[in-house]
Amino acid sequence: MKYSAVVIGASAGGMDALRIILSSLPATFPLPVMVVNHIAPSSTNYLTRHLDANSPLVVKEAEEKENITDGAVYVAPPNYHLLVEEDKTLSLSTSERVKYARPSIDVLFETAALAYGPALIGVVLTGGNNDGSDGLKYIKDLGGTGIVQDPATAESNSMPNAAIETANPDYILPLEDIAKTLQELASL
Amino acid sequence: MTLNDNVNIEIKLLLEAIYLKYGYDFRGYAHAHIKRRLLNRLKTLGLKRISDLQKLILYDKDAFARLLKDLSINVTEMFRDPSFYLSLRNEVIPVLRTYPFIKVWHAGCATGEEVYSMAIILKEEGLYERTRIYATDLNSIVLDKASEGVYVADQIKNFTSNYQQAGGKGSFADYYSASHGLAMIDRSLKEKIVFSNHNLVTDGPFGEMNLILCRNVLIYFSRELQDHVIGLFTESLGGSAYLCLGSKESLKYSGHADMYDEISKKEKIFRKKLLWPRSQ
Ligand SMILES: C[S@@+](CC[C@H](N)C(=O)[O-])C[C@H]1O[C@@H](n2cnc3c(N)ncnc32)[C@H](O)[C@@H]1O
Repeated sequence: MKYSAVVIGASAGGMDALRIILSSLPATFPLPVMVVNHIAPSSTNYLTRHLDANSPLVVKEAEEKENITDGAVYVAPPNYHLLVEEDKTLSLSTSERVKYARPSIDVLFETAALAYGPALIGVVLTGGNNDGSDGLKYIKDLGGTGIVQDPATAESNSMPNAAIETANPDYILPLEDIAKTLQELASL
Repeated sequence: MTLNDNVNIEIKLLLEAIYLKYGYDFRGYAHAHIKRRLLNRLKTLGLKRISDLQKLILYDKDAFARLLKDLSINVTEMFRDPSFYLSLRNEVIPVLRTYPFIKVWHAGCATGEEVYSMAIILKEEGLYERTRIYATDLNSIVLDKASEGVYVADQIKNFTSNYQQAGGKGSFADYYSASHGLAMIDRSLKEKIVFSNHNLVTDGPFGEMNLILCRNVLIYFSRELQDHVIGLFTESLGGSAYLCLGSKESLKYSGHADMYDEISKKEKIFRKKLLWPRSQ
């Protein structure tokens, strides 16, 4: 298999965008998916429960030091950075915000890139800032594949635009097509 | 071998060098965070290789001090996770109340906000006079700040709201005095607190505690190191004493887990089982 993992970053409008992608992936999707969605520090785990209820995959809040399992979806808890360890476990951290964000998409993408190298797919979705653009570039620099939501289909287009400008992604796709492409890539 | 493998070798050697030269032991810390910080520092310094960084910090103490700051995470606040403090008040305080003398250890206290939060609760519950609080950290810069107890006044709004959500019984304004954009913790809260340097990785246990709080420290440790530190706490706790971890931390990766009862799953409050000596 060419790929071993998927990371997804989203901000404003992310809840719907994530739901659309995760509900379209089959229960047999073979890769683990790590997700950062910008969310208020005091939020509950509503996002995770909502996504879990709408996806055939198991969606759970990431726990520190847990093993990454294929076909599971891990969501960064509110107010914690999510990091991928090279031994394929997850870490959480309360270190400073990065680009005003905690969890930070860049932090997830960069650490995942170091852990998975060319076997990683990074996806930047809707959002009103530029988090994820440096992270996606890092993924691409280490040989991974970048997907960005077509800004025209994004509830908020600055994050996709920034990612396109900075990272020169391999695919720019309307939201509806992202799940299909992930499935195709996952079967390579 | 890939470039990344080489980088990992260099990081291993750097952490060894830091330990040998300065005594700070980051070798068992979770790798991703450390690596990210080191690579960022490399970039800011305009250096090419981690081994260049090693040379720099071996011969330049100030450069090491800056790196140490990079590697440390000292983010904290008063009554962080208010619901935890509410549980502490409701579940643990009533038991502590039955003791003639109370010993509390805050391990990894950072700049002290958590320690003063505890002091406020004990005061409001009328237990402070018979308490001794040991507050420790490996970083002496944050410890100095902790014992000064001076915070930026901007944070007061957040602290006050946390205090109220945590079941505060008085007015938070009674616990500090503000001037020139700074908030100074009231002196009476400091009376029973001893601040000292203690490294959870390299130093030993701390006798017969009734309550240990070590919050948001273990998440930065590998599973093995977590197990070591939980062992240290187990040795330092008296029978039926309490251990409180951060909201995302657990005893899952520790061989000592079965020594504890779970008092609050959500707030990560554990109680050491009372072990009866085996009959002869
Ligand atoms: C994120 S702060 C947590 C502060 C506070 N307990 C809280 O929960 O808000 C982590 C602290 O752990 C300290 N620390 C890290 N490694 C340590 C060690 N080996 N021994 C003692 N303290 C350590 C750091 O210096 C830092 O101040």
